[in-house]
Amino acid sequence: MFKKLYLFYRDGFKNMTVGKTLWLIIIIKLFIMFAILKAFFFPNYLNTHFDSDESKADFVRQELINR
Amino acid sequence: MELLDASLLGWSRAQFALTAMYHWLFVPLTLGLGVIMSIMETLYYRTGNEEWKKATKFWMTLFGVNFAIGVATGIILEFEFGTNWSNYSWFVGDIFGAPLAIEGIMAFFMEATFISIMFFGWNKVGKGFHLASTWLTVIGATLSALWILVANAWMQYPVGMEFNPDMSRNEMIDFWSILFSPVAMNKFSHTVLSGWVQGALFVIGISGWFLIKKRNIQFSLKSMKVGAVFGLIAIVLLIYTGDGSAFHVSQKQPMKLAAMEGLYKGKEKANIIAVGMLNGDKKAYNDSIDPFIFKIDVPIPGLLSFLGYRDINAFVPGIQDIIDGGYMVKDASGNGKPALSFVEKQTSGMKAKDALAGYQQAMAVKDTATAEVHKAVLKDNYSNFGYAYLEKPEDLIPNVPMVFYSFHIMVGLGMFFLLLFAVVLFFVYKKKIENMKWLNWVAVWSIPLGYVAGQVGWIVAEVGRQPWAIQDVLPVQAAVSDISSGSVIITFSLFAVLFTALLVAELRIMFKQIKKGPEAEH
Repeated sequence: MFKKLYLFYRDGFKNMTVGKTLWLIIIIKLFIMFAILKAFFFPNYLNTHFDSDESKADFVRQELINR
Repeated sequence: MELLDASLLGWSRAQFALTAMYHWLFVPLTLGLGVIMSIMETLYYRTGNEEWKKATKFWMTLFGVNFAIGVATGIILEFEFGTNWSNYSWFVGDIFGAPLAIEGIMAFFMEATFISIMFFGWNKVGKGFHLASTWLTVIGATLSALWILVANAWMQYPVGMEFNPDMSRNEMIDFWSILFSPVAMNKFSHTVLSGWVQGALFVIGISGWFLIKKRNIQFSLKSMKVGAVFGLIAIVLLIYTGDGSAFHVSQKQPMKLAAMEGLYKGKEKANIIAVGMLNGDKKAYNDSIDPFIFKIDVPIPGLLSFLGYRDINAFVPGIQDIIDGGYMVKDASGNGKPALSFVEKQTSGMKAKDALAGYQQAMAVKDTATAEVHKAVLKDNYSNFGYAYLEKPEDLIPNVPMVFYSFHIMVGLGMFFLLLFAVVLFFVYKKKIENMKWLNWVAVWSIPLGYVAGQVGWIVAEVGRQPWAIQDVLPVQAAVSDISSGSVIITFSLFAVLFTALLVAELRIMFKQIKKGPEAEH
């Protein structure tokens, strides 16, 4: 069963034509998105500033009241 | 009141718009072309005709190119929620999170499982199993769209939630009313159908190109027939759901409807404008300057009243009426009541905001009795909470020219597509299309027009609901994170480069595959 599955995917990937280029694009894209953009440019604002849900709630409440 | 960096909101909105619009370049073709290739494979399954298999594999390759380039581009929007719209993200809580989580699971399990069988499984799995995998891939993609659109519809028409002042967030109290809200159902069908139309335009356009080049004639004629029939059905349903959209907008977001029609002063038996040019000299919503340089109405009296209220004599409020209030609206139980003015809603919103502050202070000293009083005031006025952040009536008005022109371009293109599919289908059945070069060129150039229609449709939906991130409850200026606009400008630029590179890659690979034609090995 697992061998069949393995062979199915192995042959599928091996016989790809345009698919190889597409996989390369997908991998580069995901790398840029997660390893560069998410890691360095898109920290979760509340998670990086506060540890608990209560402190996040307090912060947002202050924002809602004072803004 | 905190002062935000003046350009922060503009850049944050621009960034979100850029990523959403680029994302929407990839999604509609996935939805539409997916159904068309599934129909073709069904025809192959039923007839055993190898021509249908060849056609399926060709369109499936183009589907794969589009899917691969577009996949995961929507995740960037979720990054932005956490970084740029953190107040919003917290405030919406699990209402937004739950549909997005279900979308992630569905997208992953359904699409990822069956797409590999769809591409790798030719001649390796049974014909029936392969066909089922193809359909399930498309159904998975469509269900992914469902959850995203449910979340979006909730922002336009927030239902099924209750605000918890302890956690400063809305909590879901009725999942089914969120999922089956009429706005969500209509938005889902209208949006998916627009993808179907895009897919059909793509198929008849590429087929038309082959016919112009005198290549792959039989393949092109077969594809064109499927594309035109499918496109005609899709555009008729799209227009029908567009009518539903107009109805819901008039009930839930009357300011958007007024902007769509450039209607400043409301009227009974209101007409729809077919073509018009707005007057740039109109500077204020309540001045006496005519908002139009010229306009031509659709020659059906009371059509806007009918679309909005199912009554050709109904009063359609204009921008000034919505700000001044006083016209009659129906409450939840269907009884008539005068609409609140901007000032009344603002007062109510301020009461809610003050009650939130009072609740916080009372809870800090453990005065639960006072806290309960504040909580009740907050609850009573919560439906106008967002008005507390608006300073003047003008803050309530979206960009009228952008919404007006986008709406009319969308409707105009929709009518053109209806005509195009009907004409193409007519000449396909007359067996004359092969030699009608002009019509084939029109089909080719209609492919980008489909994208234009989709983009302006979203502009109507999203710009038209400004200033709201969540209708009446949270405006964008309260939703945005207080971060430096410089960082937003940097990420805006990075996205512009990344998405443009992806688009160029898609177009290059797509053109290459199309030129190879259906006889090539894909």
